Amino acid sequence: MIPAAFDYVRPESLAEACEALADAGEDAKVLAGGQSLLPLLRLRLSFPSTLVDVGRLTELHDIRDGGDHVFIGAGATHYDVVRSPLVNAACPLVALAAATVADPAVRHRGTFGGALAHADPAGDLPAVAVALDCVFTARSANGEREIPAAEFFVDYLEPALAPDEILTGIRVPKLGPGWGYHYEKFHRTAQSWAIVGVAAAVRRSNGVVEEARIGLTNMGPTPLRARGVEDALRGAGIHPAAPDDGGADPIRDACGEAAAGSSPPSDLHAQPDYRRHLARALTHRAVRAAARA
Amino acid sequence: MPRITVTVDGVTYEEEVEPRLLLVHLLRDRLGRTGTPIGCDTTNCGACTVMLDGRSAKSCSVLAVQADGCDVLTIEGLAADGRLHPLQTAFHEEHALQCGYCTPGMIMAALDLLKEDPDPSEEAVREGLEGNLCRCTGYCNIVRAVRRGAQAMSGREVSAS
Ligand SMILES: Cc1cc2nc3c(=O)[nH]c(=O)nc-3n(C[C@H](O)[C@H](O)[C@H](O)COP(=O)(O)OP(=O)(O)OC[C@H]3O[C@@H](n4cnc5c(N)ncnc54)[C@H](O)[C@@H]3O)c2cc1C
Ligand code: FES
Ligand code: FES
Repeated sequence: MIPAAFDYVRPESLAEACEALADAGEDAKVLAGGQSLLPLLRLRLSFPSTLVDVGRLTELHDIRDGGDHVFIGAGATHYDVVRSPLVNAACPLVALAAATVADPAVRHRGTFGGALAHADPAGDLPAVAVALDCVFTARSANGEREIPAAEFFVDYLEPALAPDEILTGIRVPKLGPGWGYHYEKFHRTAQSWAIVGVAAAVRRSNGVVEEARIGLTNMGPTPLRARGVEDALRGAGIHPAAPDDGGADPIRDACGEAAAGSSPPSDLHAQPDYRRHLARALTHRAVRAAARA
Repeated sequence: MPRITVTVDGVTYEEEVEPRLLLVHLLRDRLGRTGTPIGCDTTNCGACTVMLDGRSAKSCSVLAVQADGCDVLTIEGLAADGRLHPLQTAFHEEHALQCGYCTPGMIMAALDLLKEDPDPSEEAVREGLEGNLCRCTGYCNIVRAVRRGAQAMSGREVSAS
């Protein structure tokens, strides 16, 4: 379908973009890569009055080393993120998850910030952001503020951004040595969204899990942190080989509560009880892989 | 109405466009390049894939205004001097199509893949084409055609960017 009519502005700087967004009022929207927004417009599920195109603001494209964190500009594409040597070295979980997003053509245009600002709980990056305790930076004509990942995802497709705020970037903390990472995504066809996904980071020493961080994709209206599993994993022994024979496996036992406190959606792909099963099974797989990575 | 400049298959156009005009509609309805089809409303099928500044993009999910100043290569820009591009020849020889609706997008996505991986494994081809759906063929011949095209292309430099 052809989208409903809207006004379009393409500011030359971030400051100008903030002004334009404030001037355009509540029904204006930021346009980044358009890979979520344009399908919504074409299906006439969204009717913005004005699109403020931030796609060419090079000041949003930076991926840089901030010492104890990596700063990923909101406008960096999935393609940029997946190929960034810095991201792969310092926060590989981000690259692992971004590589599973959509398909190459969508990854060329879709942005890291757009995927997070869209706040789709089925998206792969929100769960990573909560697992790693990322910090979001947003700017409006009134200045800049920071939003911790734990507060950023308010509800289904609802980020903690005011209508006049532009997400400028995300600080991804470096976890340091000793951590292993894995993103486990379960979906039926290659390019599709996760039915359930699990982002896992695990710090090991002497054959046991010292600390774990686990984020769940598509297990509720927002991405979730599986805190119960994180606590239960502390001190769990890591088997050197895959113990899928039903023998004692402390990691599997710890992952048994992965779906606790979740409220998974029911849709064409899965009902809630099946998603809860997936959360347990995939958390086990993700933690096991991260522990051995 | 915004005024844009785009280069399509080597020809530069200046157009006045409504902001809501999609790049694929600019190509088809304004510029007559109907070689790029539209297969869906959800950005899933990849039939509309073109090269936008040298990287694959689904032209149904780009506004024409976003392509202002950009270089677009469509399936119609591949053949040179009346000779098919090696990927086109390979699709023909490997019988990689039935109805042909997905073919322009498949070839453009394959071109993008081969820029990064000039000699892809079968698995790499399947991954590289994950954003392109074919309702007819079952993909086996498409994968074969891409690998055959890759071989042919490594035999000679191809001008397509
Ligand atoms: C076929 C297909 C399959 C996909 N599969 C997956 C998948 O498996 N996993 C996954 O995670 N995603 C998937 N996606 C979505 C993809 O990740 C998009 O790239 C992403 O969600 C949106 O990024 P964008 O830059 O294109 O944002 P846009 O579409 O431009 O914007 C999306 C939303 O975010 C807002 N926004 C964007 N940037 C900013 C900013 N800087 N500040 C404030 N608000 C902003 C916009 O106003 C809009 O509401 C898929 C998309 C498609 C088309
Ligand atoms: S027409 Fe289906 S992806 Fe563009
Ligand atoms: S040949 Fe018919 S859709 Fe691919």
